[in-house]
Amino acid sequence: MIWNPNKECMSREQMRELQGKRLHKVVEYVYHNVPFYRHKLQEMDLSPEDIRTIDDIVKLPFTTKKDLRDNYPFGLQAAPQSEIIRIHASSGTTGNPTIVGYTRKDISIWSECMARSLTAYGVGREDTFSVSYGYGLFTGGLGAHNGVEMVGAAVVPASTGNTEKHARLIRDLGITGIACTPSYALYLAETMDRLGITKDQIKLRIGAFGAEPWTENMRKEIQERLGLKGFNLYGLSEVMGPSVSYECDEQNGSHINEDHFFPEIIDPVTLEPLPAGQTGELVFTTLTKEGMPVIRYRTRDLCSILPGECPCGRTNVRMSAIQGRTDDMLIIRGINVFPSQVESVVLTMKEFAPLYMLVVDRVNNLDTLMVQVELRPDFFNATLDTPAAIEDLEQRFAARLRSVLSIGAKVQIKAPGTIERSQGKSTHVIDKRKLY
Amino acid sequence: MTIKQLSIFIENQSGSLKRVLGMIQKAHIQIIACTIADTAEYGLFRIICSEPVRACRELKSAGVAVAISDVFAIELDNQPGGAANVVGLFSDAGISIAYMYAFLLDGRGIMVFKTSQVEEAVGVIRRSNLHCISESELPLNA
Repeated sequence: MIWNPNKECMSREQMRELQGKRLHKVVEYVYHNVPFYRHKLQEMDLSPEDIRTIDDIVKLPFTTKKDLRDNYPFGLQAAPQSEIIRIHASSGTTGNPTIVGYTRKDISIWSECMARSLTAYGVGREDTFSVSYGYGLFTGGLGAHNGVEMVGAAVVPASTGNTEKHARLIRDLGITGIACTPSYALYLAETMDRLGITKDQIKLRIGAFGAEPWTENMRKEIQERLGLKGFNLYGLSEVMGPSVSYECDEQNGSHINEDHFFPEIIDPVTLEPLPAGQTGELVFTTLTKEGMPVIRYRTRDLCSILPGECPCGRTNVRMSAIQGRTDDMLIIRGINVFPSQVESVVLTMKEFAPLYMLVVDRVNNLDTLMVQVELRPDFFNATLDTPAAIEDLEQRFAARLRSVLSIGAKVQIKAPGTIERSQGKSTHVIDKRKLY
Repeated sequence: MTIKQLSIFIENQSGSLKRVLGMIQKAHIQIIACTIADTAEYGLFRIICSEPVRACRELKSAGVAVAISDVFAIELDNQPGGAANVVGLFSDAGISIAYMYAFLLDGRGIMVFKTSQVEEAVGVIRRSNLHCISESELPLNA
């Protein structure tokens, strides 16, 4: 099923024409309402009249996370406060949080984008759908919630925390769909195992997973353990929230709601646009947002735009899975290391839980990397009952890591339950180098 | 001829041994003998206990990394050289001992050891008429 075929299956020419019109409008709107953008355009000797088609977007300046922080809290808000009906804030672990105000129209567009996503997953009126993103300042909970209501399924606002109760509700209410982070889905599967709730006692069939990068291996494991089909749900609060893009039944790339969020892929160093198929930094321009529009916002997510058409019938472009973050990328002894690479190796080792932590340090001016992993109780057996056997397991894992990362890592095997489970965005890196 | 031993992976962190012992206590399992093989980062806590199969199941379901291994428990002569004589028999037969420890059972010295050469070890035990402690000889008052 397709929620809005008029927009999701538009011809490419029509889409680009619509995007061009909307881009002109949003540039004119921020020029008159946000001094930050007006000054930037004036510095570049640009006026809204210079932006007529979507191809003109490359003339515009980029916006960064730092710009959002520097203009904390309302400096980039375009709509008057009286029009704002909701305010979200992103996590402010490294400075001021990012404040995003939404007008009624923004919330309505967001709900529709979320409804398009859920419909693509196969969610309908008959479903009972549990939203297990955190409800609060984080956009995940309320964002997904509005979409489920719009689709007409029964929403169970489970939020995060109290996972045991949630696991029982999934069984007792016959919940058929869930939205949460992929790591929370695995945590939920573990909790169900502990409570003795088996796959045939639950009716979950659809999972909407997002807010953190995940891999195909993780998808396989979640699908197998919870007995559902898992779909990617991408979004970020600076642009809107969850449902900026969504997977369809093909599970091959996420369709971008590009009538509202125009995507570009750029080289993160030269800032030059890259063609479809090439991996670079994802950049979004909001085409219809009123509260806090962003112009060429650098997401710091690395991915590519998939070339070609999708067999599902939707014509809106697809983005690949996120392959890393420009700011997650660690440079260790001069080598680029992404936590997702470590994850791909962890998931090949049945002895370990799908959790890991990278600890980076600098000893005697040399970078060191330690990877912590956790033993899985169900795969711990008599062949591992000596330190020599455990050391052998460490070395097997270390050898696989080396072949993927191209640098050596020390491995530390930890007891079950000792690596922190995230209920929101998970952190996989502890960098003790204090380089900044 | 062998008895069951539990091996539990425990991190070197204060409180982790207490946590596992607490679970064993709660399950009404009695520890008869124990030892810890320690490394810089973790230890393997090995125990001979009452109802090892149930103990393993309960610990596993509580999320503990625990495994059951089969080990030999041989009664030693109660005099100097008791251990040396028994180990000598295995060594002469070319059997490697992965690890060993000992405990007292009703005043008798019992040596517990693990080898991967189980069949050869059984041969030595039969030929030398050694007394292997069986599960039924262990106190099982839970």
